[in-house]
Amino acid sequence: MGHVPLSWYLVLSAILFALGVAGFVYRKSIITVFMSIELMLNAVNLSFVAFSYELRRIDGQIFSFFVMVVAAAEAAVGLAIILTIFKNRGTLQIDEVDSMKL
Amino acid sequence: MVDTILFIIFAIVAIVSGFNLVLQKQPIASALSLIGVMGSLAVLYLLLGAEFLAMAQMIVYGGAVMVLFVLVIMLLNAGREKSSAKSWFAQIAGLPLLLCLVALLGFLIRAILPPMRSVEFGSWVGGTAEHIGQLLFTTYLLPFEVISILILIAILGAVVLAQKELD
Amino acid sequence: MNFFIVSIIKIVLVFAIFMTTLAYLQWVERKVLAHIQSRTGPLRVGPHGLMQPLADVFKLLTKEDLLPPYVNKFFYLLAPFIAVCLALISISIIPFGPEIEVGGTRTYMQISDVNVGILFILAISSISVYGVALAGWSSNNKYSLMGALRSSAQMISYELPLTLVIVCPLLLANHLSLRAISDSQAGYYLGFIPRWSIFQMPFPQIFGFLIFMVAAFAETNRLPFDLPEAENELVAGFHTEYSSMKFACFFMSEYANMVTITCVATLLFLGGWHPLFPAPYSNWVATAVLLFAAIACFFQAIRPARKRDRYTFPVFGIGFLILAALWAVPSFQTILVPIFWFAAKVAFLLFTYIWVRGTLPRFRYDQLMHFAWTFLFPCALLNLLLTALFVAVF
Repeated sequence: MGHVPLSWYLVLSAILFALGVAGFVYRKSIITVFMSIELMLNAVNLSFVAFSYELRRIDGQIFSFFVMVVAAAEAAVGLAIILTIFKNRGTLQIDEVDSMKL
Repeated sequence: MVDTILFIIFAIVAIVSGFNLVLQKQPIASALSLIGVMGSLAVLYLLLGAEFLAMAQMIVYGGAVMVLFVLVIMLLNAGREKSSAKSWFAQIAGLPLLLCLVALLGFLIRAILPPMRSVEFGSWVGGTAEHIGQLLFTTYLLPFEVISILILIAILGAVVLAQKELD
Repeated sequence: MNFFIVSIIKIVLVFAIFMTTLAYLQWVERKVLAHIQSRTGPLRVGPHGLMQPLADVFKLLTKEDLLPPYVNKFFYLLAPFIAVCLALISISIIPFGPEIEVGGTRTYMQISDVNVGILFILAISSISVYGVALAGWSSNNKYSLMGALRSSAQMISYELPLTLVIVCPLLLANHLSLRAISDSQAGYYLGFIPRWSIFQMPFPQIFGFLIFMVAAFAETNRLPFDLPEAENELVAGFHTEYSSMKFACFFMSEYANMVTITCVATLLFLGGWHPLFPAPYSNWVATAVLLFAAIACFFQAIRPARKRDRYTFPVFGIGFLILAALWAVPSFQTILVPIFWFAAKVAFLLFTYIWVRGTLPRFRYDQLMHFAWTFLFPCALLNLLLTALFVAVF
């Protein structure tokens, strides 16, 4: 048992990304779908940090920092949209929100 | 040795929480699993020498984004989600396609990328607050400023959206 | 291997002292509050009610562990666990004193020194909202949910000024590690004014300290900001449905949060373990204070208010005398004096907590939010800008 190869981190990132994709297409609750997107972003962040370790440069970490910040902004707006949808339609099921106009 | 054990523990926590996120019907359970994923990713960042990022992950994701999610779930009292009919294509091909995606990504990582170094905790600590700050305020100054404006817009947008009374 | 042994010893020591502090903090709070309100407080269990914490623990342990049928069981049981774990974890990176040498082993008076210590504290404090939020949600009860929502909103709102104000001492110290921040405040101006952050010269952080304390009151849900558990509106807020040990967990986490945040305030603004007076005098302050306490005890014993005091007060007096002698031994002073100063500052801040609780009424909810966003937040921002300006110019 030596040290962990960096590719394990990348594989972990791939698995998490795939789980995010699965949640995104499989779930029906808007909130869970949104959380799946966050999971995908997190998985990509892990890749960024892993590559930053490989290249011994912190640019990757900066990018993942930016991803975090954008995710925070996105969550604020997205959750506000979800609140509005719930106010207007009274449902959180994504397939019941299928008309452009009420 | 300790590196390997820590990696395995937290990788398993992350994957199990990820599965839990996808499989749980209760939104709040999904949210908690997502927090689990984020926490274990923070530990992995620490192992990769990104200490500032690990803490930022906990503060921004764990402390701000997920609190928002939990608050919205509590506020809307989002219960169990109803399962509705899925298309035949998704039922038949969903899982195989997903496995294909993972296999493809794994294969690409194994085959295409050049051999990479192995992770040794403490051998490289590049992500201190000092380094990140230096780079953020020199090379990446413009993106940094742009992103702060983006956040300002997002705040305003969220306030306007959440306040608006449609009909 | 040596590292592991030293670490385990430190963890056991810190944990034992921390838990005792938590238990007796509650006794101190009841006593101080009682005296503020012209009562006597706990008296029955042991001399001066000193065994009261032990009795409370037994009471809470032996009470019926009630599990209401309508709660969401998993989250209901998870919430107190999260709350107490997150509250206890922060103490592991708080430094209590400088590097010391015991029996040839050099070690820090701290369980572990983290490079990003202050960020760690912020991270832990920002995810401790979940304990409260989950408790309120899973209890399936209007009062609990209202309490949890209020508390989450309050904690998020007050975290902003808290964080902004924490940045100021960081700017002065140029470090994120709590040890380095504290060490940057060593030394004296003109030989007698300590270089603590609240006195530090380009721009003294007195306002910063005040804002920090106000925000800290709100973060720990203490009066005058204890809206989440306002008993006359919300029964008991988020822990209405909790009993016995699960309630004790919330109770303990509240006190642990108090101790942690006062430790952080001490390290950031009051110079950590660095004494108020320059070296030769500061070593004897502890002895003087303890001697004074001993004399006070003996004086009280001469004319006891109650019959029992004639025997208890001399015992306390002798205890204080022994402590005073301990602090006077020069070879112990390198270890004990920093601990005395750290403990004294933390104790003073904790006393302020109790003092304020005994003095001020509770805020109304809209006043609370209004205060945070329209007064505290701009003040913290202004403080940060001024500090940054002064640090940049000088």
